[in-house]
Amino acid sequence: MSTVIHREVSVVADRSVGWAAVVRDPIVIAGVVTVALVVVGELVSPGFAGWGQIVNMLRVASFLGVVAAGQTIVILSGGGGIDLSVGKVATFAAIVGSRIMQGDDAGVAAGIVVPLLVCAVIGLVNGLGVTMLRIPPFVMTLGMTGVVHGLIMVYTNGRADGRAAPALTTLVNGKIVLGLPGVLFLWVAIAILVTWLLRRTTFGWRLFAVGANTQAAELSGVPVRRTVILAYVAGSVFAGLGGLLLVGYTESVMLNLADDYTMPAIAAVIIGGTLAAGGVGGYLGTAVGAVTLTVLTSLLTTLNIGSAWRTIVNGVVLVALLSFYGRQKRLRA
Amino acid sequence: MTDTVNRPADRLAELVEGVRHARMSTWMVVALLAVAVATNAAVQDNFFTPYSMTSTTATLVPLVLVALAQAVVVIGGGIDLSIGASVTVASVTAVVVMDGQESNLLAGAAVAVAVGAGCGLVNGLVIALLRLQPIIVTFATASVFSGAALLVLPTPGGSVPASLARGYRETMLGLPAGAWLLLAVLGLWFLLARTRLVRHVYAVGGDPAASYASLVAVPRVQILSYVLCGALGGLAAIALLANSGSGDPFVGLGMTLDSVAAVVIGGIALTGGRGSGIGAALGAVTLALIENSIFFAGVPTNYRPLVSGLVIIAALALSALTMTDRRRRR
Repeated sequence: MSTVIHREVSVVADRSVGWAAVVRDPIVIAGVVTVALVVVGELVSPGFAGWGQIVNMLRVASFLGVVAAGQTIVILSGGGGIDLSVGKVATFAAIVGSRIMQGDDAGVAAGIVVPLLVCAVIGLVNGLGVTMLRIPPFVMTLGMTGVVHGLIMVYTNGRADGRAAPALTTLVNGKIVLGLPGVLFLWVAIAILVTWLLRRTTFGWRLFAVGANTQAAELSGVPVRRTVILAYVAGSVFAGLGGLLLVGYTESVMLNLADDYTMPAIAAVIIGGTLAAGGVGGYLGTAVGAVTLTVLTSLLTTLNIGSAWRTIVNGVVLVALLSFYGRQKRLRA
Repeated sequence: MTDTVNRPADRLAELVEGVRHARMSTWMVVALLAVAVATNAAVQDNFFTPYSMTSTTATLVPLVLVALAQAVVVIGGGIDLSIGASVTVASVTAVVVMDGQESNLLAGAAVAVAVGAGCGLVNGLVIALLRLQPIIVTFATASVFSGAALLVLPTPGGSVPASLARGYRETMLGLPAGAWLLLAVLGLWFLLARTRLVRHVYAVGGDPAASYASLVAVPRVQILSYVLCGALGGLAAIALLANSGSGDPFVGLGMTLDSVAAVVIGGIALTGGRGSGIGAALGAVTLALIENSIFFAGVPTNYRPLVSGLVIIAALALSALTMTDRRRRR
């Protein structure tokens, strides 16, 4: 199926360069797929594209979108950069945060700052492991998943307690403007912040330089190690932020609250057109990718498709989307 | 890399650089293994008794096979994040085919290997022909295969022929069947390493462009390396079934990550072209023994995941730091 689709794209690509660039832009493809999914959903189950439904899907997507922001930065850093610990880190942040807050507004500031600092330390260790100890990111962050799981067990004795502060819950769930939940505005703010970080700051420029070609960046005087370490710190901090927002949504915390966010976060980044090899991509695509995945999941749920088929469809869609724009050069140049 | 030694970070790296020697990673895994064995012997009184050896080796066989499977594709410059899911779908299909009947034993085993190889073929075709990145393709096919496993066997159940489970716990010439199988697996690697396919896998992993220029059929080698990986996963599925006696659609959940960790501890470069299956096998054994010794060392239950995580990171760091670094290709 995917080969056929690709052939059509190549034909379009031959016709005109400008048009082809738009059609082959991952963000455009992911956006079109998302709209198509919403239309299909409305056709098979009227009400799927209702205003309330769409707002709800966006709200669910926002937690994934925030977690995936950090993943985007880590993957952009290249060198096989990937953070498999984001789900556990998000869970840990939610657990620490809700224990500090105890459902009381007095603890809201500490309940947000302390978990994020903890996450920054975890990210720092990830970054040091990858750069100084030369552990491949995949296994370093995997090992960190085990360590954070261990920290959670030690910290909670196997039983999570505490609650999100009402202020946090209002911020996430409360209808602040136009009847939209506050978390959507937060997500837009975070999207602008991350995009600014990537496109307009020294860190962002260095990140792309390192991701595209580590050696060239190093020879050009870019502090490669510091940049990569900062990328992992950002990865964990955004994961923690996502976890805190999630606990604001659910109010009470569970021991595996955000564990399942790791894989969709990676998928969202890839669907959004960020190269797994690093150096190319951005946050807008990831945000669209998070929405695509959420809409796909809702559609499959609406269609009463069992979880087995749902995971199969998720995998096939990822490969199909990737075959539009993730292809590498031929060896025969 | 050498022109900026004024930052403390770089100075530390220089120091680390100086500590490393050629081919240190090969003996590092042996040293780690020796430490793991010694620790186990110290914390588990009956570690060397026949009963304990039987159960330890019985759990090791599938892990070693999966590590070997991962080693093949990693040496070829790829990675297989779907190996755990492939093992799962192979094992549940086999258990459905076997259905506890002695007469279906061989058919079930053949199905396990065929399903594993089939999963590998799907991965190989998509990676080589569509030219997509292995890490993402196998990440995606992992969900396809684990979904398929749930369709074949929605809940844990089914049974294997009694002879398979019994034979797996048999003792021959003083050694448990698991130990013989481990030796057989190492023998299998010695044979494989001498085939043209695996030599080409090394070449492709080392430098695909140069291999292409040297008339190595790169896509074919890539596809076959994933098929071989999947087939080894099928063998691991049989060993899992023999060990547990029944099917489980979630059995391979942690195996992918364990296999990659084993490969790294075993001194195989994730950049491809270097390392050996023996290293991966030793890495898998080390990893399993670490978990085992933490269980027997009397670490409080809540502290166990933390301790094992820290020890595994330390083992990874030791292996990664001693890896010779001829080409730093990031």
